[in-house]
Amino acid sequence: MNARVRLDHDHVRHLLRQMIRIRHFESKCVELYQAQKILGFLHLYDGEEAVSVGVMEALTPEDAVVATYREHGQAIARGIGMDVLMAEMLGKQEGCCCGRGGSMHIFDRKTRFYGGNAIVGGGLPLAVGVALGDKMQGRDAVTACFFGDGAVDEGEFHESMNLASLWRLPVLFVCENNLYAMGMALPRAEAETDLAAKAAAYRMPGIAVDGMDVVAVENAARSAVEQIRAGGGPQFLECRTYRFRAHSMFDAQLYRTKEEVEAWRQKGPIVRFQGWLVKNGLIHDEELHRIEAEADAEIDRAVAFAEAGTLEPLEELDRFVTMDAVPG
Amino acid sequence: MSTLITYREACRQALRDALLSDPKTFLMGEDIGRYGGCYAVTKGLFDEFGEERVRDTPLSESAYVGAGIGAAMVGMRPIVEIMTVNFSLLALDQIVNNAATIPHMSGGQFAVPLVIRISTGGGRRVAAQHSHSLEGWYAHIPGLRILAPAVLEDARYMLAAALKDPNPVLIFEHVMLYNNEGEIDPQVTSVDIEHAKVRRAGTDVSVIAYGNGLIKALAAAEALAAEGISAEIIDLRVLRPLDTPTLLASVAKTRRCVIVDEGWKSGSLAAEIGMRIAEEAFFDLDAPLRRVCGREVPMPYAAHLEDAALPQPADIVAAARDLVRPA
Repeated sequence: MNARVRLDHDHVRHLLRQMIRIRHFESKCVELYQAQKILGFLHLYDGEEAVSVGVMEALTPEDAVVATYREHGQAIARGIGMDVLMAEMLGKQEGCCCGRGGSMHIFDRKTRFYGGNAIVGGGLPLAVGVALGDKMQGRDAVTACFFGDGAVDEGEFHESMNLASLWRLPVLFVCENNLYAMGMALPRAEAETDLAAKAAAYRMPGIAVDGMDVVAVENAARSAVEQIRAGGGPQFLECRTYRFRAHSMFDAQLYRTKEEVEAWRQKGPIVRFQGWLVKNGLIHDEELHRIEAEADAEIDRAVAFAEAGTLEPLEELDRFVTMDAVPG
Repeated sequence: MSTLITYREACRQALRDALLSDPKTFLMGEDIGRYGGCYAVTKGLFDEFGEERVRDTPLSESAYVGAGIGAAMVGMRPIVEIMTVNFSLLALDQIVNNAATIPHMSGGQFAVPLVIRISTGGGRRVAAQHSHSLEGWYAHIPGLRILAPAVLEDARYMLAAALKDPNPVLIFEHVMLYNNEGEIDPQVTSVDIEHAKVRRAGTDVSVIAYGNGLIKALAAAEALAAEGISAEIIDLRVLRPLDTPTLLASVAKTRRCVIVDEGWKSGSLAAEIGMRIAEEAFFDLDAPLRRVCGREVPMPYAAHLEDAALPQPADIVAAARDLVRPA
């Protein structure tokens, strides 16, 4: 582990806790999906937690986030309450988007979270615009834009990388390379599978990092964000990771073997970080159990909040199709 | 005192006003800056306001339209230009999947106060990838406001109204209108973006048109008047949301209606308007509804073929005459 990040007890505990909160939150989501309380698509982040947790550590509340349809991890790591997230999943009006967005479209004004986006690549131009708007208004803000390896196949990726670099906009492009665009394996989709190398085509610094190592991700993100804040223009960070579960909830996973998944599970971000902490005496079993118990209690409260939530009256179906004013 | 002004100059003055009155406003698009705009609408603005506020973009419609959406979400008031409506298809994802959905998907947390200007329409002999009228497609999308300025005062003042709208507004400027010249009543300093307008009152038949179709409908009304037929010409102006009451009021008076639309007839905006009249004013009608639409072909290059593919005043005259005095 790189020691650039100060690995004091509070910090390592925080990193582990964030990853556990995400993992357990999503386990509960699976239960609720099976109980048909969460409907539609549900894209789990299981295995990729180190990416959003590590990157968010490099951001301040003034920064902005643009994510994808697999964004529960980003939402939780960014600080959106589990209660309003869970209510959103259950389609309740107490949800962060009044039940209009659901799992794939989480937005939160308070934390400058500009959406989940269920069009692969669709968030990249938006992130460029958020950064442009912030820059033109003199805000010292960085926009972190998350997307998967599949988005790299899209024209919007290339257009956005070029525009951000051309205008030297404060964007951190975070590619969560989990090796599969739904079922399409990276080498079957990309002529150049070294994704970080693509950044050079846009004269943008691009580095690849072990996305299963939360400290490595945090280090890389801090370094990239530092350079962006110093006026160095956008940066590209490829986080090499893996998705342990199906693409969404229905996926026979014919495109990969059980052995491959199992091998990646062994080097999962939580098991690995937790093992390292225990081995180095930075955390003890008792504390670990407490973290898990706290996360579970928080999730129970979120589920209770969501279950007690109400359904928006049908008369309000048309609300927000058009806005009466720009929210202040 | 009035002075002559072209539609192009009216558009430019509107943009200049916007840049002068609000520091959050900026322009973005292909060759709008140093080149001066494909149709010279933005000529001179780059020198006056600089490259930060009159931003030349690479040929990346999706990226710069999306950038307009993002900038609008964080407090700016971008005005994006797309050179021609066919190119807007390269930004369709951003317009339809982001601009039109985010206010609703976010539960009202974010508005997208973005204006997109798009040139549209046929008549310039530029064939099947620069001449279509796809604004009817956009008028299908909830969350968007679609405007079609046909007259000079709308070219001059619709933009200011669009910038006050907290929602994404698409303004379609028909390419055949840019050189139109006339006077703007100095008493007029603003227009609404809610209502259709009767441009010529009449009693025998209502003709609903927009964009360059309005100019053709007004020409048709002159010819019809010479035949003793009084046509009421309605400028639709706002393609979404449709001002149905104004249309119904006219039809209730004339009892006959022709709808002019450069778009292809199948699934057209004209079809929507016709159906609304059929649903709500069927018993007011003394004759079947009629449409004069673009022929269902990709726009041909050859002048005689393009002219035949577009609605012409003679087609409008024939349709109106047929309703008023059936053979």
